[in-house]
Amino acid sequence: MSSNEPRSEVAEVVDSAEEEPITAESLIEEVSIDGMCGVY
Amino acid sequence: MTVLDAPDVHQRPATGSLVEQFEFGLDAPICLTWELTYACNLACAHCLSSSGRRDPRELTTAQCERVIDELQRMQVFYVNVGGGEPTIRPDFWHLLEYAVDHQVGVKFSTNGVRISPERARYLASTDYVDVQVSLDGATADVNDYVRGPGSYDTALTALENLAEAGFADAKLSVVVTRHNVAQLDEFKELADRYGATLRLTRLRPSGRGVDVWDELHLLPEQQRVLYDWLMAHGDNVLTGDSFFHLAAFGESLPGLNLCGAGRVVCLIDPVGDVYACPFAIHDSFLAGNVLDDGGFQRVWQHSPLFQQLREPQTGGACASCSFYDTCRGGCMAAKFFTGLPLDGPDPECVQGHGETALAHERTVPAPSQDHSRRTPERRQPVLVQIGRRPEPAEPPVTACAQSPLAGFTPDRDGA
Amino acid sequence: MTAASTAMLGQAWRLSPSVALRPEPFGALAYHFGNRRLTFLKRPEMVEVVRSLGDHRDVRSALNAAGVPEAQWPAYVTALQGLADADLIRPRETTEAAA
Repeated sequence: MSSNEPRSEVAEVVDSAEEEPITAESLIEEVSIDGMCGVY
Repeated sequence: MTVLDAPDVHQRPATGSLVEQFEFGLDAPICLTWELTYACNLACAHCLSSSGRRDPRELTTAQCERVIDELQRMQVFYVNVGGGEPTIRPDFWHLLEYAVDHQVGVKFSTNGVRISPERARYLASTDYVDVQVSLDGATADVNDYVRGPGSYDTALTALENLAEAGFADAKLSVVVTRHNVAQLDEFKELADRYGATLRLTRLRPSGRGVDVWDELHLLPEQQRVLYDWLMAHGDNVLTGDSFFHLAAFGESLPGLNLCGAGRVVCLIDPVGDVYACPFAIHDSFLAGNVLDDGGFQRVWQHSPLFQQLREPQTGGACASCSFYDTCRGGCMAAKFFTGLPLDGPDPECVQGHGETALAHERTVPAPSQDHSRRTPERRQPVLVQIGRRPEPAEPPVTACAQSPLAGFTPDRDGA
Repeated sequence: MTAASTAMLGQAWRLSPSVALRPEPFGALAYHFGNRRLTFLKRPEMVEVVRSLGDHRDVRSALNAAGVPEAQWPAYVTALQGLADADLIRPRETTEAAA
């Protein structure tokens, strides 16, 4: 649906997924929209 | 959309903390600051964009609409519109509607000058628009010293009008300084009084800020006061993650705790120039222009400057410090504009490494541009006049003492 | 899993209407225009589950279709409950057909 595609030069993802325990924290993370430095 | 030919040698891991992921960069900024105009009715002493005079190359209405179209395509969710004073652009209200109609949420930052009761009612009726009113003193004397006579009244009137019109949750945004850090409780009260959310942000030596930084920036003990206050009272207080350098005091404050420049945020300036950050308006941080081929998207995704910022940071001189993991070496703009090396400590490093660095020989960079008003005005803040007088007691290298080797650019913005 | 989590597996959910989902190299960014909450979906499977929730009769089907091993379902459901708390996803009305 999105017109954005990941750029190939940084989309080479090293898949170490099998070794990582899956917790909810490894699936989602909430961030404040105000929580990014560089916005006045 | 084009893709770089040369593959990047840095591989992005599949997992890891969000901070680690963001340091590699994103396909689009999460939010960005867009300064619509360098024109401003005020002449605040510490203005990060050295605003005052409109630039003749300011983007036209049509050009701004094309930028919004691009932001929509890139799915940039949220734009923080500022300036100068954005509301004094005649097409401001049109552009606001255009953005919202194109799925780009807007927060605009204002000194309040155009927030009449009628405009406040309009804003209260609009979804997806947030308003941020700037104030730098909880009392008129403290505020107007930096922002000019009458500016306190203008800001409070705007807040009053917004509250009266039923606008929910405006932001009251304060740059914390040596003179107002004792007023944090009062700022909170003010915000509460108008049904607004308080936002505290860091003073950087950017724009005109470099002229007054020596007088206004927090003393070490005041940084501790601020940190303690935020830890104790900061639940409903926003910071824009601008105090991540204080993480070295102990626990991190909420936020990404990461310099977002060129990674998750950037600035589009009134003439379409794209900078890594609104606090870094300087040729050294200029990534391109939205009017170039490929527009904003190409600049964001492929500019050499941003590629560089997205390379893994090693920490440099800070790498051996046990607090580097939390403070990440502090603010790039703060270091740059005080003439400190970017791979060393922040000038306000809470461990004191910044003070040591400041004592060394350093060259403060000359501004790349200056849109300040040329002649003094009635509404000019007192501090502006004082700040420009050379002080014999100051250390040898100051913002006023521009060495010929400081990177003078003959074609500086003039007119 | 808790009883609430087990129950969720059999429920029909969907993305809230004012949520935009934007893919990123490591997953996706979900932004709620109404409450302005921003959530990162950190794994491709999680993104797929969330994106396709409305297409499946229930959460269990979405997890299966995305290839999530059953051993990981508790974590996924907890994460989905977190998204529900932020109103990024909403229960579908029982009379609604899968989109």
